[in-house]
Amino acid sequence: MIIENLLSERGWLLADGATGTNLFDRGLTSGEAPELWNTDRPDEIRRLHQSFVDAGADIILTNTFGGTSRRLRLHNAHTRVHELNKVAASLARDVAAKSGRRMLVGGSVGPTGDLFAPLGELTEAIAVEIFAEQIEGLKAGGADVIWIETMSALEEMRAAAVAATQCGMEFTITASFDTAGMTMMGLSPASMATATLGFTPPPHGVGCNCGVGASDLVCSVLSITEAQPDAIVIAKANCGVPRVKGDSVVYTGTPELMAEYARLARDAGARIIGGCCGTSPEHLAAMRDALDRHTPRARPDLEQVIAGLGPLASPPSTATSTRRPNRRRAS
Amino acid sequence: MSDAEINLAALSDDDLVAQMHDDLYDGLKEEIIDGVNILLGRGWTPYKVLTVALVEGMRIVGEDFRDGILFVPEVLLSANAMKAGMFILRPLLAETGAPKIGKMVVGTVKGDIHDIGKNLVGMMLEGAGFEVIDLGVNTSVERFLAAIDEHKPEILGMSALLTTTMPYMKVVIQALKDKGIRDDLVVLVGGAPLNEEFAMSVGADAYCRDAAVAVETAQTFMKRRSNQGGLAAPEPA
Repeated sequence: MIIENLLSERGWLLADGATGTNLFDRGLTSGEAPELWNTDRPDEIRRLHQSFVDAGADIILTNTFGGTSRRLRLHNAHTRVHELNKVAASLARDVAAKSGRRMLVGGSVGPTGDLFAPLGELTEAIAVEIFAEQIEGLKAGGADVIWIETMSALEEMRAAAVAATQCGMEFTITASFDTAGMTMMGLSPASMATATLGFTPPPHGVGCNCGVGASDLVCSVLSITEAQPDAIVIAKANCGVPRVKGDSVVYTGTPELMAEYARLARDAGARIIGGCCGTSPEHLAAMRDALDRHTPRARPDLEQVIAGLGPLASPPSTATSTRRPNRRRAS
Repeated sequence: MSDAEINLAALSDDDLVAQMHDDLYDGLKEEIIDGVNILLGRGWTPYKVLTVALVEGMRIVGEDFRDGILFVPEVLLSANAMKAGMFILRPLLAETGAPKIGKMVVGTVKGDIHDIGKNLVGMMLEGAGFEVIDLGVNTSVERFLAAIDEHKPEILGMSALLTTTMPYMKVVIQALKDKGIRDDLVVLVGGAPLNEEFAMSVGADAYCRDAAVAVETAQTFMKRRSNQGGLAAPEPA
């Protein structure tokens, strides 16, 4: 109940900003595994965490998004799962401990990148094993809560949740609703929240991260809070859309835009608010300031979200299928 | 309607083709294998089976995917059914000299292991009559260059799902420029975090939002090439 306890003090919490895109600014190159920096460049990881703490974050996430053996295999680091996750969690833990305020360390767990049977080869048993290996490392390094994020398939969310529970850890789950208001697997925000809150034990927060843009993400928050008004809802939006500048990717969102995003996410009912790709400490500081000064407004509608944050990048489908009617049904 | 009573062999050609379009939509692999064999048995050329039954069926799937009606799981099942049909047709197509629209090398860029979208693009392009050389995931610039050298494709497709790997597309395109072969190829890029602006700024020819758009774009570029009578105009195999 660590999240609930902290929320009872203020009603909302600020999560941190981006990891990968901020490490780019610190010299990570495209194709490199950010997780290797936990041991190769620990000071840079500490500095990144510290910059979010200084910007006012209450929750910082470990640099372990791709920390499963499936993802690390690509960099021939699949034998270092426990070590890299443990070190990552202890780096975040150190920074949190020195902050002088109550902070949470969320152990970031991203998707394996593989598909579940029958579409792919992954089974729940294998996936649980993969996630448990990572989560054990995060736990050993001192993570407070397991932060399952950027998910798209319900089976994978369940496997990660089972693994966290096996390891004796509380967890939260957020998904990426990047395709016409759904995850790429066709899961809607309301279905995702309702299904995951039905897990035993349930997550201590559900919501959305990454995706396609701040407007789309706030719409996903609205769907979730409508379907599950009592849930602790998490919003972690990208900082606008990616653009290439020289050799690097920059995001179009300004601190002002992210401040308005934070206010709208709060009005939409999100209680844990942060940023995803492109969100720098400067953006996060603007979000903190906006939330500190915010007087709650009425729940926004779609028009107000668009007025505040711009048009939806991937609006829900209004098309009808061109397939012939009276088709034979799949059994 | 229930599916148990449908006897594919008893359907007229038109009804069977319509039924196969439905079966592709529903990802029914066994039914597609049956349908392909029945049409071949009726004397259809492999090329006609491919284009009329399979490609047209996947076109409908592709449109509904593009329009947010179908999502990845459904489309993967459809593509698997398509693949089962292609497995029968591929050797026959080679024997009968069916026309090839063009050749494409595809790969997910270095550092990135996401291949769902790239695989869909590959299968749908193959369905549309392209020869597809799939380099898989984590593809380095060296591997892209070697494949281009070996296969001489008209089109190069690159995919990335991570903001941390998408800049690698620029590295590959720069390498093409350095070798003086950039203009010999049409470069298409795709992946969830990309957009049109990104594609243009890394120097690609087009951004393909999804597999259906990738097929349309590849077809458009091939048509443009043959209209120009360019060096890479496709010729019947």
